[in-house]
Amino acid sequence: MSNPNNVSLNISHDLEFIDGHALNIPTLSILNEDGDIHHGATAPDIDESTALRLYETMRFIRALDERMQAAQRQGRVSFYMQCLGEEAAVTASAAALDQDDMIMAQYREQAALHYRGFTLDQFMNQMFSNERDLGKGRQMPIHYGSAALNYMTISSPLGTQIPQATGYAYGQKIKHIDPQTGELNSAIDNITICYFGEGAASEGDFHAGLNMAAVHKSPVIFFARNNGYAISTPADEQFKGDGIASRGVGYGIKTIRVDGADALAVYAATKKARDIATTTGEPVLIESIAYRLGAHSTSDDPSGYRSKDEEANYQACPIERFRKWLVKQNWLNEEEDVKAKETIREDILAALKRAEVIAKPPLEELVSDVYDTPIPSLQRQYEQLKNHIKQHPDAYPVTAGRIK
Amino acid sequence: MAKMNMLHAINSALDITMAEHPQACIFGEDVGYFGGVFRATSGLQEKYGQHRVFNTPLTEQGIMGFANGLAAFGAPALAEIQFADYIFPAFDQIVNESAKFRYRSGNEFNVGNLTIRTPYGGGIAGGLYHSQSPEAYFAHTPGLKIVVPRNPYQAKGLLRAAIKDDNPVIFFEPKRLYRASTGEVPEEDYSIELGKAEVVTEGTDVTLLAWGAQMEIIEDAAKRASEQGISCEVIDLRSILPWDMETIAKSVTKTGRLIVSHEAPITNGFGAEIVATIQQECFLHLESPILRVCGLDTPYPLALEKEYVPDALKVLAAIKQSVEF
Repeated sequence: MSNPNNVSLNISHDLEFIDGHALNIPTLSILNEDGDIHHGATAPDIDESTALRLYETMRFIRALDERMQAAQRQGRVSFYMQCLGEEAAVTASAAALDQDDMIMAQYREQAALHYRGFTLDQFMNQMFSNERDLGKGRQMPIHYGSAALNYMTISSPLGTQIPQATGYAYGQKIKHIDPQTGELNSAIDNITICYFGEGAASEGDFHAGLNMAAVHKSPVIFFARNNGYAISTPADEQFKGDGIASRGVGYGIKTIRVDGADALAVYAATKKARDIATTTGEPVLIESIAYRLGAHSTSDDPSGYRSKDEEANYQACPIERFRKWLVKQNWLNEEEDVKAKETIREDILAALKRAEVIAKPPLEELVSDVYDTPIPSLQRQYEQLKNHIKQHPDAYPVTAGRIK
Repeated sequence: MAKMNMLHAINSALDITMAEHPQACIFGEDVGYFGGVFRATSGLQEKYGQHRVFNTPLTEQGIMGFANGLAAFGAPALAEIQFADYIFPAFDQIVNESAKFRYRSGNEFNVGNLTIRTPYGGGIAGGLYHSQSPEAYFAHTPGLKIVVPRNPYQAKGLLRAAIKDDNPVIFFEPKRLYRASTGEVPEEDYSIELGKAEVVTEGTDVTLLAWGAQMEIIEDAAKRASEQGISCEVIDLRSILPWDMETIAKSVTKTGRLIVSHEAPITNGFGAEIVATIQQECFLHLESPILRVCGLDTPYPLALEKEYVPDALKVLAAIKQSVEF
């Protein structure tokens, strides 16, 4: 803009307000419920091995979610969150990235992590807070993270990852900026994707993060999972604008809305978004529309806040839709698929049984990592605690026998 | 050595850091071409480019969120919050994110590259919202380090140490002294170890403890006390978190008396933590109750600032009360 107010000064002599819903935002849809490409749509360029990896990830996550929901009901883990209905949104977007792109997720994106290579045992060790958990047993189940897989550890406070993604991506971009001109001197090798829900987009951090990404040109793909609910609060009690996408335009960010249950649409949109981010260094906003088929977490029951009729309207399965397409491509053998599902269920149960008997972290992990090295006051507290536990070993059975 | 005020000293520490790390960035409100409202970042954008020294939109939570992300990436993130009074929109990003980044991830990720600079304290007729000393809020948060310098030499050495420290550090700058305090400062790089208090003046009768701008006040009080034959040991805490209990306990073991002074309101100020710990460590050596000379439990006033602040006269009265107990 060339004026001090940084606005488009289209002088008008008619007193007229712009309607709050003036943008008529389209929703990209490529694959129909029967697994066919919509008439007039173009399938993205996706190879067989990527497509199968995408499908296998969704298949695995559905089985994991079902088993762990049950495990929570049995009292074996304290908490769980399923991603029913959003498998395609999360997995297909992750599949469109480079393995070294950073993922900064909210909490319901276990499929993206598995796509990257997080193993079944790693999932289980985290959920059982045992000594092999990369997070050292410090966070509630599903708060995964892995530096090796470029998946930032989940943090419960909602939306905090949004401005952090802006800063992280800015760091990824710095080496590509010509110090003389301030412009990009090469395509950016790695960028950041940031997932969040439509509820989290009400947090101040959302506004801060998107606005700063636009102003400072951070190569972030903001991926809004609009699944209709924030725990029990429906989207129409969350905002009155046209979804989250309308806000992207307000920040001056390139924006697209996609059918989040359509793996091909999500894949195509994210691929294109990544191209934009790596070549221009600028952010992109993707709003995915996919109904949250399950509860928010194991701590709530949707029958208390939404009707069976409503749920019945949105039962279409994103995994099944993509599976039908794979079969039509002759890329998936249905008999082997059925067998694989059975094997996955057995593997999950076996891994669960392994993880639940692995010891909890030793006492030193209570005080490590608060700082790079424990500060003197914490060292004194630790010594005091050790002496106390040694005097009352029966009261602290998890650590008493292993104190060094 | 060169004669510098505190702003020059801070600028010098930032300059050295920017030259050292090609990815280090300085950002905050008005820190770019203008060089910050106090001019601490003056000239740095011209030297290192707009992509490394830049203005941010007016969003403290955004500045700190951005800073956490940049630091997690591995670049030194030098964030400025224009006034410590305005740090509270960033409270969540600091106490729930910066402070817990390493712990919650099992050290998979950390924001050790993060340094938050912010001017704090009164004495500039700033009223409620340009005068606060919020160090105690942050001192209640494991994972953070908190540092407060008292003069230009300390400011440069402590800021360099804060930047190099592999933990998130909040660096509170006493804005009343930005230009008022001058002294000889080496132009080359040096660091002052974090977590160590400094005995500024040795004495035998009573220990006076403060930090930042309040050091000037207790040194003044100590001078007045010495004219009345009372020998004060004056200590600058320098680091609030972690704080140097050993140096304070050693001094109080010798003098038997302690007075802690800070500008922040007395209730739950950081002085309370010091008093609780020192009475436990030095119980049998104490000759009188430990006293605190602090701000009142009011918002920071304007017209009645002189009455509110823990000035040298109030500290002197406490010294006499302690010695005559």
